[in-house]
Amino acid sequence: MKTVYLDNNATTQVASEVVEAMLPYFHELYGNPSSMHSFGGQVAKKIREAREQTAALIGAAPDEIIFTSCGTESDNAAIRSALTTHPERRHIVTSRVEHPAVRSLCANLAGQGYRVTELPVDKDGILDMEQYVASLTPDTAVVSLMWANNETGVIFPVEKAAALAHERGIPFHTDAVQATGKIPIAMQKNTIDMLSFSGHKLHAPKGIGVLYVRKGTKFSPFLIGGHQEKGRRGGTENTPGIIGLGKACALAAQNMAAENTTVKGLRDRLEAALLARIPQSRVNGDPLQRLPNTANISFEFVEGEGILLLMNEYGICASSGSACTSGSLQPSHVLRAMGVPFTMAHGSIRFSLSITTTQEEIDFVIEKLPAIIERLRSMSPYWTSVGQACVSA
Amino acid sequence: MWEYTDKVKEHFLNPQNVGEVENPDGIAEVGSIACGDALKFSFKLDENKRIKEAKFKTFGCASAIASSSALTEMIKGMTIEEAAKVTNRDIAAYLGGLPDEKMHCSVMGKEALEKAIENYQGAAATEPGAKIVCECFGVTDREIERAIRENNLTAVEEVTNYTKAGGGCGRCHDDIQAIIERVRAEAKPAVRPKLTTIQKIKMIEEALEREVRPSLRHDGGNIELIDVVGNRVLVAMHGACASCKASNITLKNFVEAKLRDLVSPDLIIEEVAP
Repeated sequence: MKTVYLDNNATTQVASEVVEAMLPYFHELYGNPSSMHSFGGQVAKKIREAREQTAALIGAAPDEIIFTSCGTESDNAAIRSALTTHPERRHIVTSRVEHPAVRSLCANLAGQGYRVTELPVDKDGILDMEQYVASLTPDTAVVSLMWANNETGVIFPVEKAAALAHERGIPFHTDAVQATGKIPIAMQKNTIDMLSFSGHKLHAPKGIGVLYVRKGTKFSPFLIGGHQEKGRRGGTENTPGIIGLGKACALAAQNMAAENTTVKGLRDRLEAALLARIPQSRVNGDPLQRLPNTANISFEFVEGEGILLLMNEYGICASSGSACTSGSLQPSHVLRAMGVPFTMAHGSIRFSLSITTTQEEIDFVIEKLPAIIERLRSMSPYWTSVGQACVSA
Repeated sequence: MWEYTDKVKEHFLNPQNVGEVENPDGIAEVGSIACGDALKFSFKLDENKRIKEAKFKTFGCASAIASSSALTEMIKGMTIEEAAKVTNRDIAAYLGGLPDEKMHCSVMGKEALEKAIENYQGAAATEPGAKIVCECFGVTDREIERAIRENNLTAVEEVTNYTKAGGGCGRCHDDIQAIIERVRAEAKPAVRPKLTTIQKIKMIEEALEREVRPSLRHDGGNIELIDVVGNRVLVAMHGACASCKASNITLKNFVEAKLRDLVSPDLIIEEVAP
């Protein structure tokens, strides 16, 4: 059975060019880039090149790039650094829809005595900027807001938010794990202090992440050890990962236009067709302020896990914000923060496309999904045989 | 991804008895859409008062649909008395087991069956005196107590897996813990059988070695078990303990307390010459 992979916000296929770029650095060119001999030195040179490629994707200078192990490490390093370098401040501003890498960390810090403001979002997942400004205080040590939401793709105006924080002398961090490679990012044109992203969301392997730290920003390392990354992140470099990431960033820069035309076109085709063919369905998240690859669609009165498992029978891979799939008994915190009704939240499916997605794949999903939803609805006590919703008390 | 058995997959992909029985003898609805799963269950008896037909409609995950399908298959041909004895564990076992986090699906099946039988018998729909413990999922103390007893649960997390209680905001965790302790305390006398002298000696020796001697040795002393006569535990003190004026206090407050806690609450400790 052919796999139709529409779960690219979870992880992506490593591009073949990336694999090719990495392969020599496992078995042949295995030297330590810190070594004095030229066998190691040639690897250091290659890492320098990867750092330049990575910086170029986000409009940064190479020495503003710190390689880490993943997005979560970058988020932890950024937020903890801001707290360490502003020890007199005890307040953190974030949002209700952050990825657990930020959300759980902030909850943990709240347990250690920090005051945490979790900003709400509206029904479309949009941040209220007036409320944001009102939350900033002289005691605020850091603001951490995601650039784009992993579940809905909704984009926050982080550049504007960073400028507002800066006016008040507050460091600003953004989790750009989902945004990087999908929409243009130009760090030379904004005032964001720190930005996190991860390789495996843009066709590089798992286990490599990036923390951008603007030149001049106070930084306190999270992993303390050797002099790697100029003492800002100890630990021997993941050389194949870094070299693969460099290649993936170069490819992402080349594919940026296609991501926002071809991929977006396929996403729009999928959404329009499913909404037209399946009654009582709707898109979650602002239709405009959104990543080009993500479609979060709710099918009322059915449960997401059932949809995923029936799609799985056809090799279709996606994910859901339902309780049964979140592992927490409650539907996704993002959809709850948006006030999506339970009847809709439990039946939400996230399709996330990539540059590898084809029109045949999209048309296959459009062909198969209506019958899957109809089959589950026929079993649902909230759906009567005439195809009308009926909710009993 | 959940590790479902082939039987769960089979009942999810090809569910049996979907629908509603016409003119049912018993009917029930449990769960709610807010909770993430809900089950509408109905059955009809034949002339011999055996279940002739049982049907379900379920909103929920694959294991909820499979549990409902399994339930309707299992009870066909049973009398009401036989069906009333089916437990959530029977439903899970019929499916070859469910992941821990999904046990609540089998509990939902059991609840629907029970309520439908009550409906047939004309009994009250809600248990008298039951109090809601978990506000998020509307779970009562009675439901939690029963899940603890029938499935021998000991931790809040397990109660959440079986009843969903505590799976939302988490404010009721302390209440659930208190219910667990209450139910476990009720069960305790039954699980502590009368000990023979040999068992007693063995348990006392183990308790001394594990819980008592390390701290005595730390102070340069030791304790020797000489004999056990009924509930009298005869011991001799050695080393620093033998000449210690406080050794009697140590014996009563520390050693006796440990042995009463770990072996039997009736033990009395006495010091004898070595």
